[in-house]
Amino acid sequence: NKVRNRAEIDWEELEADLIGADLGAKLTMTIVDELQDLGRKISADDVVETAKKHIAAILPEDLADLQPREDGLPHVILMVGVNGTGKTTSTAKLAQSLKKQGHSVVVAAADTFRAAAVEQLEVWADRVQIPVVKGAPNADPSSVCYKAHQQAIATGAQFLILDTAGRLHTRHNLMAELEKIERTIGKQDPSAPHTKMIVVDATTGGNALQQAREFNKAIALDSLVVTKLDGSGKGGIIVSIYQELQIAPRYIGMGEEAHQFKRFKKQEFVEEIM
Amino acid sequence: MFNSLSDSLENAFKNLRGDGKISEKNISDALREVRLALLEADVDFTVAKKFIANVKEQALGEKVLKSVKPSEQIVKIFHDELTTLLGGDNEPLDLTPPARIMMVGLNGAGKTTTSAKLAARLKKEGRRPLLVACDLYRPAAIDQLATLAKQIDVPVYTPDPSETDLVKVAKDALKWADGQNGTLMIFDTAGRQEIDEKLIGELKELHQFLSPKETLLVADAATGQQAVSVASHFDEAVGITGIVLTKLDGDARGGAALSMRTITGKPIKYAGEGEKIEDFTEFHPERMAGRILDM
Ligand SMILES: Nc1nc2c(ncn2[C@@H]2O[C@H](COP(=O)(O)OP(=O)(O)OP(=O)(O)O)[C@@H](O)[C@H]2O)c(=O)[nH]1
Ligand SMILES: Nc1nc2c(ncn2[C@@H]2O[C@H](COP(=O)(O)OP(=O)(O)OP(=O)(O)O)[C@@H](O)[C@H]2O)c(=O)[nH]1
Ligand SMILES: [K+]
Ligand SMILES: [Mg+2]
Ligand SMILES: [Mg+2]
Repeated sequence: NKVRNRAEIDWEELEADLIGADLGAKLTMTIVDELQDLGRKISADDVVETAKKHIAAILPEDLADLQPREDGLPHVILMVGVNGTGKTTSTAKLAQSLKKQGHSVVVAAADTFRAAAVEQLEVWADRVQIPVVKGAPNADPSSVCYKAHQQAIATGAQFLILDTAGRLHTRHNLMAELEKIERTIGKQDPSAPHTKMIVVDATTGGNALQQAREFNKAIALDSLVVTKLDGSGKGGIIVSIYQELQIAPRYIGMGEEAHQFKRFKKQEFVEEIM
Repeated sequence: MFNSLSDSLENAFKNLRGDGKISEKNISDALREVRLALLEADVDFTVAKKFIANVKEQALGEKVLKSVKPSEQIVKIFHDELTTLLGGDNEPLDLTPPARIMMVGLNGAGKTTTSAKLAARLKKEGRRPLLVACDLYRPAAIDQLATLAKQIDVPVYTPDPSETDLVKVAKDALKWADGQNGTLMIFDTAGRQEIDEKLIGELKELHQFLSPKETLLVADAATGQQAVSVASHFDEAVGITGIVLTKLDGDARGGAALSMRTITGKPIKYAGEGEKIEDFTEFHPERMAGRILDM
């Protein structure tokens, strides 16, 4: 670890390390300011401890596993995010994880836009042995979600995961499409969707916060998945996302295979990032 | 979080106006603002530092300090330098036969989409591109490229999805290409993390076999501080010849462009500006500079 091995503190380099973990300029400044205010010689441990303390203070306690509904209707999970972050892969991984816990799961191929998006989810569904509901090519994604919801209710499935198309948060018409999906899902169960999860790529820099802000404006998110943590990205942006928007990190993705997925653990994250 | 760079600089320099005296403090405040703007735009820390050091002398020249609005002058100098740096030596693709273009990059960066976009563009220019699906990992990756190829009416080589030997796929594709009426080949590869040694090793093997004239790193404009690691690892492994920046239709500031350009010295060739085939243009260094500096 770079910070630990350093004999003397170079403030600019310290800033670089913290920013390098995508903690963002604001949190970085807070940490640096606090260290400078200590008014004594700073050790590497001071840095690590101060940063950990701040991150731990910001992030919420670990969330429990997602639970089936008590009313017998499916727990509907809506997966959203910008293009290519890992929504489809995470949908399949989450489906498998819930299935392994003994729950019945259905997934919906609501990306009717991207080339072979439906086929991609179908291959996954086949791999993890989960039923998938799809619509006609270029069908309205809301109608696919409605149909999947209907089927999930009819078959008594405990979970329904909706895999939506990637969309940039700057596209208002596509954000409106998500709002429509949300309304449509509310028709057969006013309390649905129950979990609204944004999927963020750990390699993304500060823009991830902007993504979360805009998706949150459209559909009030509650959960976050950080993917590609098997890469060099540390995912520090989730700290700013929680701090500003209270969207709680719930799962992490650490590879392209179905089992490379687990619940977010604050303690592990804090240790990993410093 | 922060004001725009121009606002911040305005602040840093506002004391100058009254009595016209330049203090060390004002200058270092101004440069700090530039540095923060670059960091906020996700430019790598050392890249930002080096860039500022290189432009500093110029930015602090007589002309600037004596000008009516030194802050604007400083921003202009940084903007111009950034434009020059981002745009330098961007030559057309080397399409002398056997023209082979290999697309590489992180998972989900936009390689498959960009392969099709590039094919469509070259076709429009009167060439006869062929597409080759070399992603044997991602579910339905082959389908995805085949669907796009059909949309743009470009021949595509699709291996059997159960195939696992990448070099064999490439060999078969070259054989297939002999019977096609094509003048150049675009190879779409699987996404991989730059620190995944096994997958990078596999990419190297394919690269060695193909010895493509062009190896393009496809990178998401919203890439953060990992841009340097990504670009340098791919460059070391397969010697990239250029960069394609995707998803510029979003609002990411795109500092990764500066980081990757500086670290590899390789030009940014094209920009992806949307999901559709036609959302693909030449890279515009000046627009990018403005975006990074937030002006
Ligand atoms: N290394 C790694 N790759 C991942 C991870 N999660 C997803 N991927 C890969 O990232 C790429 C994009 O994943 P998808 O699941 O298709 O992403 P998406 O968000 O559904 O993409 P769009 O629907 O096109 O917006 C694929 O190559 C996946 O295999 C992860 O945790 N680690
Ligand atoms: N908005 C926008 N989306 C893009 C652009 N380029 C690609 N995409 C989208 O980004 C997502 C990923 O694109 P792909 O072409 O599948 O990326 P890839 O690098 O081939 O992904 P893997 O093969 O899984 O590594 C898809 O949803 C594309 O439609 C772009 O310039 N703008
Ligand atoms: K990591
Ligand atoms: Mg998808
Ligand atoms: Mg691909």
